[in-house]
Amino acid sequence: MSATDPILTLDNVSKHFGGLAVVENLSFAVRRGACTGLIGPNGAGKTTVFNLITGVYPIDTGRIVLDGVDIAKIPSRRRIHHGVARNFQNIRLMPHLSTLENVLVGQHCRNGGLFGVLQPVSLVPGNRWREEARAALEEAGLAAYERATVGSLPYGLQKRIELVRALMAKPRLLLLDEPAAGLNPAETDALRERITAICRDRGITLLVVEHDMHFVGALCADVIVLNFGRKIAEGTPEHVREDALVREAYLGADAMEPRYAS
Amino acid sequence: MSGYLEGVLVLLAINVVYAYAAFLPIAAGQLNLGVAGFAAVGGYASAYLSTTLALSPLIAIPLGGVAAGLVGLGVAVPVLRTRGIYLALATFALGEIVRASILNLEVVGGAAGYPVTAFIRLPTIAMFALGVTVLVWLLFATRFGIAITAVHDDERVADLMGLDVRAFQVAAFTLGSVIAGIGGGLYAHHFSYIEAQYFSISLSISIVLYVLFGGTQSVIGPLLGAAVFTLLPELLRGSAQWRYVLFAAILIVVMVIRPQGLITGAQIRRLLGLRSSASQKERAA
Repeated sequence: MSATDPILTLDNVSKHFGGLAVVENLSFAVRRGACTGLIGPNGAGKTTVFNLITGVYPIDTGRIVLDGVDIAKIPSRRRIHHGVARNFQNIRLMPHLSTLENVLVGQHCRNGGLFGVLQPVSLVPGNRWREEARAALEEAGLAAYERATVGSLPYGLQKRIELVRALMAKPRLLLLDEPAAGLNPAETDALRERITAICRDRGITLLVVEHDMHFVGALCADVIVLNFGRKIAEGTPEHVREDALVREAYLGADAMEPRYAS
Repeated sequence: MSGYLEGVLVLLAINVVYAYAAFLPIAAGQLNLGVAGFAAVGGYASAYLSTTLALSPLIAIPLGGVAAGLVGLGVAVPVLRTRGIYLALATFALGEIVRASILNLEVVGGAAGYPVTAFIRLPTIAMFALGVTVLVWLLFATRFGIAITAVHDDERVADLMGLDVRAFQVAAFTLGSVIAGIGGGLYAHHFSYIEAQYFSISLSISIVLYVLFGGTQSVIGPLLGAAVFTLLPELLRGSAQWRYVLFAAILIVVMVIRPQGLITGAQIRRLLGLRSSASQKERAA
């Protein structure tokens, strides 16, 4: 992609599990400040791409360049320090911690030195970090659940908490894996507006995996389409919607209607 | 105070210390079945220091903790590569190695045991137990406590959030070893005599049971578990022959009803939450 000033560039990235190529010679760039959608049928390798960017799996070949730094060479733990944070397709909050404590975990990369670790965040009234976390929960409309143990909260709330946690790392690049999955249309619209506002106000670049094409169309300026670990199309949402390969990937050959997974 | 009561309270205090020794690694997701081994290192090291170098027990016992901590740190890196049942077995083996080594260590009496000349009473022991309790509670009011639980809940995500998972695991294991060593030192200096047989696997298992019984998710759990395990057998003394049968039966019933332990983090938060929402209402009114 000939994006000017990309924040993230994948350059010929491949990943094999045994003999299975899950990502094959994948190259794309994410424009700084924009919202890019990563779409494709089930098993296309979308979540794997997120896992490669964040270092859950090491890549076999290629480069992943974030703001000029090849983060593929950096241990997974250090990558969040370079400004990349994410959520998870199947919510992965810490079930035994409270909502507030989960959000505090999100701050770890900014306050994880020996001094930070030994700071009594939950003892001293008015601790700066705790107040920041509480303000973030307040802003997200989650203040009422501050003390609730996360494992006991409903799915929709957990999804919102996970977004707050990812934002606490103050990322430059936010990876959202199916943020709208399991939400009803009203919740999906609210989420889209919130994500748009957050990214605009804080200058966060967004890369989002999503099945809901309406959501992607309304949120993303750029779309990258994967199938079987390869890029089969990219461009504006309108452009990829008309792409023959994309239609075939989603609906099989000879598809008559340009409809997508809803 | 009667000798009997003092005896029970001394045991309670020492068991509380032991319970926190096992709690720290358990809170980070590691089952350490070698607590008795670290207690032995601390007990013997502090006894040796106070007996041969005439150090005050107040100095010798913490130094014994440091010695146990050094052993813990040394073995943490290779041992923590294993997980689950393998980690439990590795730490069990470690405890047995320590015990077998002491049996062959003539300088501390070998199989004959080791007499300890310095003597401490309940107030000193209670002070140490209180110190350990306060230390662990404070630790869990910091980001360290949150990080330990995060590592326990989801290592992968903790890593992606920037937490050094291995460092936190090693820190929890080592700190637990230090506390176990202090517990061993307290025991040695109160009972004036230690032998390798005391630091057996059954001690390690009892200690782990304190924590599992009391609850692994909050700092109150180990305290509660140690208290129940120390005091309940005493309360059941009415039936001398059957008291341990009764005790075991009660344990089984409780663990069936509450496998998560007597008290959980969620319960504590609910209690605190009730209090804070009540005070908010008062302010609003």
